[in-house]
Amino acid sequence: MRKVCTRILSIVGNVLTVRAEGVKYEELAEISSSMGKSLAQVIRLDKDKVFLQAFQGSRGISTGDEVTFLGHPMRVGFSSNLLGRIFNGSGVPRDNGPALSENMIEIAGPAVNPAKRIIPSRMIRTNIPMIDVFNSLVESQKLPIFSVSGEPYNELLARIALQAEVDMIILGGIGLKYDQYMYFKNTLEEGGALSRSIFFVHTAADPIVESLMVPDMCLSVAEKFALSGKRVLVLLTDMTNFADALKEIAITMEQVPSNRGYPGDLYSQLASRYEKAVDFEDAGSITTLAVTTMPGDDVTHPVPDNTGYITEGQFYLRHGRIEPFGSLSRLKQLVNKDTREDHRSIMDGTLQLYAQFKETEEKKAMGFKMSNWDEKLLKYGKLFEDNMMDLKVNIPLEKALDKGWKMLADCFTPEETNFRTELIENFWPK
Amino acid sequence: MSKSSGKIISITGNMIGVKLEGHIIQNEVGYVLLGEKRLKSEVIKIEGDTGYLQVFEYTKGIKVGDIVEFSGKMLSVELGPGLLAQIYDGLQNPLPELAEKFGFFLPIGIELKAISYKKKWEFIPIAKKGDHVTAGSVLGSVDEGIFKHKIMVPFHLKEKYIVNEIALRNDYTIDHVVAKIKDKKDETINVSMVFEWPVKVPIEAYKEKLSPKDILVTKARVIDTLFPVAKGGTYCIPGPFGAGKTVLQQLTSRYADVDIVIIAACGERAGEVVETLREFPHIKDPKTGKTLMERTIIICNTSSMPVAARESSVYTAATLGEYYRQMGLNVLLLADSTSRWAQAMREISGRLEEIPGEEAYPAYLESRIAQFYERAGVVKLHDGEVGSLTIGGTVSPAGGNFEEPVTQSTLKVVGAFHGLSRDRANARKFPSIDPLESWSKYKSIAEENLVTFAKMILTKGDQVRQMMKVVGEEGTSLEDFVVYLKGEFFDGVYIQQNGFDPVDASTNEERQKYVFSKIVNEILKKQFSFEDKDKARHFFYNLRHAFIDWNYKAWDTDAAKKQEEKLNEIIKGNSE
Repeated sequence: MRKVCTRILSIVGNVLTVRAEGVKYEELAEISSSMGKSLAQVIRLDKDKVFLQAFQGSRGISTGDEVTFLGHPMRVGFSSNLLGRIFNGSGVPRDNGPALSENMIEIAGPAVNPAKRIIPSRMIRTNIPMIDVFNSLVESQKLPIFSVSGEPYNELLARIALQAEVDMIILGGIGLKYDQYMYFKNTLEEGGALSRSIFFVHTAADPIVESLMVPDMCLSVAEKFALSGKRVLVLLTDMTNFADALKEIAITMEQVPSNRGYPGDLYSQLASRYEKAVDFEDAGSITTLAVTTMPGDDVTHPVPDNTGYITEGQFYLRHGRIEPFGSLSRLKQLVNKDTREDHRSIMDGTLQLYAQFKETEEKKAMGFKMSNWDEKLLKYGKLFEDNMMDLKVNIPLEKALDKGWKMLADCFTPEETNFRTELIENFWPK
Repeated sequence: MSKSSGKIISITGNMIGVKLEGHIIQNEVGYVLLGEKRLKSEVIKIEGDTGYLQVFEYTKGIKVGDIVEFSGKMLSVELGPGLLAQIYDGLQNPLPELAEKFGFFLPIGIELKAISYKKKWEFIPIAKKGDHVTAGSVLGSVDEGIFKHKIMVPFHLKEKYIVNEIALRNDYTIDHVVAKIKDKKDETINVSMVFEWPVKVPIEAYKEKLSPKDILVTKARVIDTLFPVAKGGTYCIPGPFGAGKTVLQQLTSRYADVDIVIIAACGERAGEVVETLREFPHIKDPKTGKTLMERTIIICNTSSMPVAARESSVYTAATLGEYYRQMGLNVLLLADSTSRWAQAMREISGRLEEIPGEEAYPAYLESRIAQFYERAGVVKLHDGEVGSLTIGGTVSPAGGNFEEPVTQSTLKVVGAFHGLSRDRANARKFPSIDPLESWSKYKSIAEENLVTFAKMILTKGDQVRQMMKVVGEEGTSLEDFVVYLKGEFFDGVYIQQNGFDPVDASTNEERQKYVFSKIVNEILKKQFSFEDKDKARHFFYNLRHAFIDWNYKAWDTDAAKKQEEKLNEIIKGNSE
C-alpha cells in the first residue's frame, strides 16, 4: 500500500512539504512531474507535515504534482554484476546497462561494533616514495588528499587506484567535472582495471542534492563486498562538494549554522561515512581515499579541519608534490616496523634534515651568508626533492630506502645525521 | 510513581517531540517502541504537554504517532563488581557481548546488562550488626582481580542507618542481598552488591574533598618534570589534528602510575580504541604483574556511533571513575575528545532551537565543562582512606586555534595545560607539547629552581632562534648561539621522547630526577668555551647523539652506565 499525495504545500530551495500520515523518517518518495520522475527523502516530520529533500532539485515541480511514498529508505542493488558498471548519484545507470533491481540493500546501515574491528596490519604498496616510505598506506585506512583546485589530485587518485594491490575499486564522484569523469574511466580502462571497478558518479552538471547519496551508496556496496572477503578501495572525489550540499540543505531547513554556514553536525556526518573504512575479521576490508579541496588553500576551513580530525592522517598535495610536512599516515607505525629495520629511522631522520633545509632556504632567500652546514643542507634538500618528492619517481620501498642512505652519505658525515650507531654501522654506504 | 507514556509528534534528526500523557521527569529515560525494538532516549526539554527527547540511536524508520514509554528513572549506570576490563558503549552496553550476539554491526534498540548477574563473587563481610552506616559506608568486600572491591551502602541512601543483618563470608551473585539496614523509621532496606546511579549527578558519598598535592607520574618526561599533573587534578591537551593527542593519551594510559584507568573514547576514531582493546589484554603491567586490561575500563562511543550517546559517555566514564575512587583507589580518566562531546551538545542545542552562543555552541557550554572537570579530586572517605580521580581531556580545536570556546572554557577550569603544536609535530618532535606555551599549577618531581632554569634556557634559546631568522647566524654572537644550542639540546634529548621505543617510551621518576639534574647542572648551567659556531654545533650534536643512545638503554644496566661514561667524556672534552 503506497501513500500518495497530490498537493505540495511549499517548495523552498530543494525542500518540498506535503501533508501525509504514517510516513517514516528517512523514507523515500517519488515525485512525478512534467520533468519526469525523481526521488526525494524525508528529512523532517512535524505532526502531519512531511519535509522532503528532492534529489533532482525542485525546478519544474508543480504544487499539483503527485508524491508517492515508497515505504522504504534509499536502497542500492548489490551483486557481482555491478563490476564494470557506472551509475549516477541516484543509482541510475549512466552506461546504458540494465537498472538495479535485484538484491536491494539499504544504504547507510548501522556502525561496525568497535569490538569486532581488528588492528590493521597490511601495508598497501603504491611505489610512491612519499607514501610508501614516509606515510605508508595501510589496508582499512581512511585518508583524505588535501589539495586545492588545479592540483593533479584526480591523477594521483587514478595512479594509486591502478598501482595499489586491492581486489576492487569503487569510485564515488561528487560534483566531478565531466572531463575528469572521462579521465578516470579512460585511465582505468587502459590500465585494465575497469572490469574490477564500480563508478557512482555525480557530475558538476547534476543537481547538487543528488550528490548527498554518493558516499553512502559507494560505501554500502563496498561493505557488502568486503563482508564477502574482497579488499575494496573506495575513492571519493571531492568531499568538499558533499559538505557544501549538506550546507545547502541545512540552510534551507533554517538550521542554526555553526561555522561558516556549515551545519553543527558536519563532523558527525563526515565521520559516519569515513568510519565505514574497516578491516573485518576473517573477511575483507574497505580502504578509503578521499579528495578534499581546501577553499583558499586554508586547512582551517571547516571541511578539511573536521576531516582531519576524523581520518587517519592526510596527504597534502601541493605544487604537484605530496608535501612531507603535514602529510601523515597515522597507521604507518603498524606496518613500517615489519618492512626493513631502517625504515622508521630513514623516515624520521631524512625528514628532520629536510626541515632544517627549509629553514636554511629561507635564510638564503633573505640574503644571509651561508655557513658550511648551510651549504650541506642546501645540497641535501635538492637531492631529497628530486629523489623522494617528485611524483614521477616510481620505485619500490626498499629502493627508496637505499636512495635515502645514499643521499645522506653524499651530503653529511654520520654523526651529523642523528641516527643510532647500530644503524649507521649497518647501512651507511661505505 | 506510575510510568507515563506518549506519542511522537515530530522528528528532526535524532530529536523527537512527544505529546505526553502523565508526568515526566527532566532527564528521564524513555523508549521509542519500534516493532520489537526499543530505542533508548532521554528527556532534554519539556514544554507544556510536549516533551523533547534525544534518541540514543539512529531515528531512521520512526513515524509520527509511534509510542514512547517512560521508565521513571534518569539515565543511570550499574555499579558493582565486574566493571573492570569491560568495554562499554556510551550507555554501558558491553560491546564484546553485543558482538558475540549480533556480529559485525551494532544492533539498534538493544540493551544488555552491564555486569554479569551470573558470576559469583566471594563476599567478605566487614560491617557488623549494630554498626551505624550511611551512603558510601563499607559493608564488605570482594576481590575483583588485584583490587579489593568494597561493597558499600548505595549512594542514594543518604540518611543514617543501622546494620541489622550482614551475610556470611560466601560466594554470591551480585543481586544477592548481602546486608539489611534499618532507617530511623525502623524500615528495613535490602542492600545487594549492585545498585544504579544517575550519570549526570556527581557521587559525593565521602567525608571531605582535599586539594590535590601528590604528583601523578605519567613517565612522560616533559609532563612530569616541566608540566606535572597531580593525583586528583585536571589537565587538558588541546592540539590540532595530527599533533599526537591520541598517541600521548595512549602512552599515558599505559604507563601512568595509577590503580585504574578509564578511557572514554568520545566521538573519535574507532581504530584508536581497537589498538587499546586488542593490545591491553596482552601487555603486562610491571607494577602488578597482571595485564593492563585488568585495571582498565573502556567507554567507547566512536564518531560513527549515535551522537546523543556520545554526550552521555563522558558522564558514564566519570561516574565509574568516582565509584572506584570510593574504594580508596587512584583513578585516571582520559577523555578523548571533549570537543566531540561539546559538539554533541551543540547539535542537540541546535535542534532545540536554543539561541546559539559563540560558534553556535550553547550558552551553558562553559558551565557544563566546569561541572565535568569538577568531578575530579582527592577525597577522604568515611573509613579514613584517600582516593583520587584525575581527569585529563583532549580538546580538538577547530583549525588548531586555541581561541575557540571549548579550549578557552576548559583552560579556565583545569590545573595543567599541555598545548600541542603543529609545528613541533611537523618537525617530528614528539610528544609535541609546546614547552613555551604550556603550564601547570602542580608541583614538579624535580627541584623547582632547576625547572625554572631549564624553562629559562628554552625561552632564551627560542628568542635567539627568532632573532637568527632576522639577523642570520653570522649576526648572532657566539654566546647567544650557545644558548640556542643548549635549548635545542635540552629539547632534543629530554623533552622529546620516542613513544615507540620500549625503553624510551617511559622514564621512571628516579631516572627523570637523575637525568634532569645532570642536564641542568652539568650542561645547561655550564660555561663552555668554543672557538667558533661550527665547533659549538659539532660539540652539541655529538653530545645529543650520545645522550639519545643513553635514552635508549634500560635504566640501571651496564650498557646505560657505559653510555653515561661516554657522554661524561664528551662533556669533559670541552672543559680541558
